[in-house]
Amino acid sequence: MINLFIGNLGHLFVILSFVLSLVAAFSYYRAANAADLESKQEWSKNGRWLFRLHSAFVVGIILVLFLIIYNNLFEYHYAYAHSSKFLPTHYMISCFWEGQEGSFLLWIFWNCVLGNILIQTNKKWEAPIMAIFAIVQAFLASMILGISIMDIKIGSSPFVLLRDVISDPIFEINPDFVPKDGTGLNPLLQNYWMVIHPPTLFLGYATTLIPFSYVIAGLWKKEYVDWIKPAVPWAIFSAALMATGQLMGAYWAYETLSFGGYWSWDPVENAVYVPWIIQVASIHTMIIFKKNHTALKTSIILVITTFLLILYATFLTRSGILGNASVHSFTDLGLSGQLLIYLLAFMAIAIGLCIYRWKEVPSTEKEVSTYSREFWIFMGATVLGLMGFQVMAGTSIPVYNAILEQFGISSNMAPPADQAIFYSKFQIWGGILIAILSGTGQFFFWKNMDKSKLWNALSIPLLVSLVVSTIVFLVYNIREFSYILLLTAGIYSIVANSTILIGLIKKKSFKLAGGSVAHIGIAMMLLGILFSAGYSKVISINNSGLLISKDMSDEMNQENVILFANEPRKMNQYELTYKGQRVELAGVPGYPARKMVRKTPDIHLVVAKAAYFHEGKEIFNMGDTLNILPENTYYEVEYKKDDEPAFSLFPRAQVNPNMGLIVSPDIRRLIDRDLYTHISSIPDPETETEWSEPLNQTVEMGERFFVNDFVAVLNKVQKVEEVDGVELGPTDVAAEAVIDIQVKNKTYTLKPIFIIKDKMVGNIPDVENELGVKISFLNIKPQEGKFELSVETSQRDYIIMKAIEMPFINVLWLGTLVLMVGFTTAIVRRYKEFKQSV
Amino acid sequence: MKKSHIIGIVVIAVAVFVIISTAGDASTYVNFDEAKALSDSGSNNKVHVVGQMKKDANGEIVGVEPGEDKLTVTFLMVDNKNKTNKVFYNKPMPPDLKKSEQVVVIGKYKDDIFYANEILLKCPSKYEEDKLQISAVN
Repeated sequence: MINLFIGNLGHLFVILSFVLSLVAAFSYYRAANAADLESKQEWSKNGRWLFRLHSAFVVGIILVLFLIIYNNLFEYHYAYAHSSKFLPTHYMISCFWEGQEGSFLLWIFWNCVLGNILIQTNKKWEAPIMAIFAIVQAFLASMILGISIMDIKIGSSPFVLLRDVISDPIFEINPDFVPKDGTGLNPLLQNYWMVIHPPTLFLGYATTLIPFSYVIAGLWKKEYVDWIKPAVPWAIFSAALMATGQLMGAYWAYETLSFGGYWSWDPVENAVYVPWIIQVASIHTMIIFKKNHTALKTSIILVITTFLLILYATFLTRSGILGNASVHSFTDLGLSGQLLIYLLAFMAIAIGLCIYRWKEVPSTEKEVSTYSREFWIFMGATVLGLMGFQVMAGTSIPVYNAILEQFGISSNMAPPADQAIFYSKFQIWGGILIAILSGTGQFFFWKNMDKSKLWNALSIPLLVSLVVSTIVFLVYNIREFSYILLLTAGIYSIVANSTILIGLIKKKSFKLAGGSVAHIGIAMMLLGILFSAGYSKVISINNSGLLISKDMSDEMNQENVILFANEPRKMNQYELTYKGQRVELAGVPGYPARKMVRKTPDIHLVVAKAAYFHEGKEIFNMGDTLNILPENTYYEVEYKKDDEPAFSLFPRAQVNPNMGLIVSPDIRRLIDRDLYTHISSIPDPETETEWSEPLNQTVEMGERFFVNDFVAVLNKVQKVEEVDGVELGPTDVAAEAVIDIQVKNKTYTLKPIFIIKDKMVGNIPDVENELGVKISFLNIKPQEGKFELSVETSQRDYIIMKAIEMPFINVLWLGTLVLMVGFTTAIVRRYKEFKQSV
Repeated sequence: MKKSHIIGIVVIAVAVFVIISTAGDASTYVNFDEAKALSDSGSNNKVHVVGQMKKDANGEIVGVEPGEDKLTVTFLMVDNKNKTNKVFYNKPMPPDLKKSEQVVVIGKYKDDIFYANEILLKCPSKYEEDKLQISAVN
């Protein structure tokens, strides 16, 4: 029976929360514009309760959607499309944000949390900022409204029934049909990073609304300066979360996807990178607004730009405009019109208000001195702005085509063929300048500088960094000019900021250390990126490949190698051996061989064919029934290097009915580098194995014979009492031949079975995929003491894999942590400043 | 001249440079004939060609030939002008190639063969949610 109630309840909550946000916006608007204190308080009180009620309904929507997923109500499209019965509960949370509606819901939820915090913490600004908050909530809630007015669809509800989305004949026969299972969560998202990455990133996204609300409220209420103090800690908080969220995503991509890195300049990534970089610029100008009104004006522009870029990014990734340009854009829900209105509405409000009030914003006519921190911060903000501009210019290419089409011009512009080169050749110069500016600029924060003092302060860091970078440059033989500059600049930034940091520690002013710590983190990240991306080395180069043509030689090097099971092969300084397929069993450590378990009719259960030991402990016994993760297969690849102990990597491949072959790498992590290995191809598991014509052989006990070029020997023939899948009666007989096949230092044992059942002769062949061998036991000839076997052969099991070495990638991850420490210190300091000012 | 003017000019110059380089580095969507014409005229830019896998009368994909060592693949692709061309891809065959509805190849045309550096595949079932799946129905 279809549970209609729960979906209707959810839909009702959506409509109520939408209406409440509109009414709350109206109340707060009246409060903000109220002339007398009494009506101001009255309207504020209304707005506050309306917003709280709105928040309660948002929580209600989330609970309802979670119950639908948790209870496997597959009559609902959201549960059917994003979940399945066997999905562990913690991944049910990820189901929320796999779909576009759920990710809007997450965004709405964070805005509710932030709004309620602001209501509690900032009474003075409550009315104007909450009016803006509530109107944003109304726009977001409208995206999941799912109602039609005069044939215009507004929003896409997460509570639609499967039968209303999918037209399938089965619904005509039985409208109450409920599928037994959902199609499941994308296996790539079944990863712990995917549980925490989207909420972190969306909290960062959502928080950009706070500085934006403050600046709009400041312009609206003519408080052109006072809006900054409360906005700064939130802007830093937002930037810290966006950075954490992005890096979690990058780390997930590194661990789970197989493009050989952590960043691919995909539009979805750029859509976070650009607002983030502009926001970082805005934080810097907001810090210096007091002394310089040019910084105030710049801050107004940058804060507004950050928020509008968030809206633009939302439009880009969710409207379907990117089409084939992105690998992980959402399904197009037909919301592009609505998203465009959202973007244009806020653009009009913000830009209009700016123009209207611009003359009243205080300004400074005096030029800033080169020896002031203002100068260095302006330079930094300019560089950041240009870096963001370049990425946006490239990412927006599909938008230009769409705009030109509106004017009847057909345009065939495509994204750059090599995105990584297109973006990094420009961004690297930005990185160099940022490192130099952040290293030097810090000196101006604490002292009044002039020419001679500056050189005194800079000479030691400059000297140290030149010496260190020369050593690194010689040891690692760096040739590229821009790389040498980035290396020197990065080391300079670390040394210079460390000098400042040591000075602060000596003075025990830890709370002021946020800036220098964050800049050390950024410089470390730049160095980590320089080495891990600039000097990543494909070590699985296939030398046997022919060059196609001379002018293509660079691109046409083959970067994959083929490994046949148990056949060692030289690759770079390693000897590689593919040792076979491994499975993942619930609660079982390590990777038991696929051969150790036997399938059962239930794909989630297998029976052990032998006992399994891990680190000397018996984990399971023969005949035990075990839970298997049926989609996952791991491929053990052993790496051996001269005198070092051998180690194995277990790259994974998943055969997914919806998505084909999905591969994830395995990474050997060393202090100074990572060794990254992924599968590129395996024999197609969906095609039946093609066996050769059977070759009959009659052999004696102990006789050696050839099987697919390997030497085999018949060791034993023994009676068996039990045969899988066959019931043996009292008159039936079954025997198995035990055949050993010797390959290098490994022995494979095959046990084909010969049966006489109800006076009929039959046999059950045994297969060894690693050797591509199938042996059948056809007959026993007692008079001659001979046994008749039949041998078939096929392609041996193989994998095609790629291995990449990434030097110093840990410097990047460590730099991220340092950056977070810096951000946190800065948030604490700026929040205290705000508290003191109230 | 004030310092801010100099900086302003530099910023504008960089911005103009960015726009020019974006326009210059942007690739184009073309068909095989245009790709050939471009390569004949000496252009070294990589282009995008959109099309489908070649199918026989029964709708089976034909002409996919993995290289001898399985590390490369060649296949036949029909562009949007219905021209069939051979495509060489210097990487192992993407597992979904034989199921793809739409193929985008990025690379260069040379000696009657399109050399793809990158292939983007659009599989019929990938992310598609508007069809009931047999496995889920049974």
